[in-house]
Amino acid sequence: MTDLIKIFSIKARDFVKAGEGSIQIQSLLKSIGFDTDLIRRISICAYEAEMNAVMHGGDGELRLMVDPKEIVLEINDNGPGIEDIDLALQDGYSTATPEHREMGFGAGMGLPNINKNADSLEIHSDNGQGAHLKIRFEVQNS
Amino acid sequence: MKLSDIKDLLHAEVVVGQDKLDMSVKAGAASDLMSDLLTGQNNNAVLLTGLCNVQVIRTSVIAGIAAVVLVRGKQPTQEIITQAREHGLPLLSTPFTMFTSCGRLFSKKLRGVDEKISTPVHSR
Repeated sequence: MTDLIKIFSIKARDFVKAGEGSIQIQSLLKSIGFDTDLIRRISICAYEAEMNAVMHGGDGELRLMVDPKEIVLEINDNGPGIEDIDLALQDGYSTATPEHREMGFGAGMGLPNINKNADSLEIHSDNGQGAHLKIRFEVQNS
Repeated sequence: MKLSDIKDLLHAEVVVGQDKLDMSVKAGAASDLMSDLLTGQNNNAVLLTGLCNVQVIRTSVIAGIAAVVLVRGKQPTQEIITQAREHGLPLLSTPFTMFTSCGRLFSKKLRGVDEKISTPVHSR
């Protein structure tokens, strides 16, 4: 039973709004009072995934699910998908355009950084069927 | 180091956060690559950047940056100012280059976020 579900829409190539959902997630988790480092890891993963969807993917949504033991982020977009997931998980591998780099992104560190900050990361992407990420974080109760 | 010291050392204009000049920052970070800010521990650091777009503000909020200084006298757009105000993120603009800005702060004992990395053998 999930205690809280929040859904934020993602619009492809909308660099003006890109990242707003992740900032709302960060602020929501702060107001609930989770551990600071856990919030940092979740916010970074949400933001990296949201920026990836805006830059490389299609329209989609960012979903936050909170329960007492686990916090899950799901990011689904209807873009072209990820051609080679293993390659995309390597530090520095990038398919970014000059526009992405002008925005300060596209260094090929997004997915690897999500992988480092998450307790588990599942990526599904069939050819032409968008990208689907499920990112889990354990909640350590003190 | 206090934000007011940073303002003075960098001859900076305070665009947002005149009421927060008393705040202390723990360390300094300098990057035009937002991805880099998301991979390190940048909590409570002041960010020096030559990048001047709204993602600088969002990335800073996500990474826990305490204040942003735009180098080379760059002036933020109204959208950037609005975002900084909304998130309570101080925003300054200095006429100095990135290199000079970093040097001025470092010479007054502000250190990088990587301070804990041990000194390489060759420089001992």
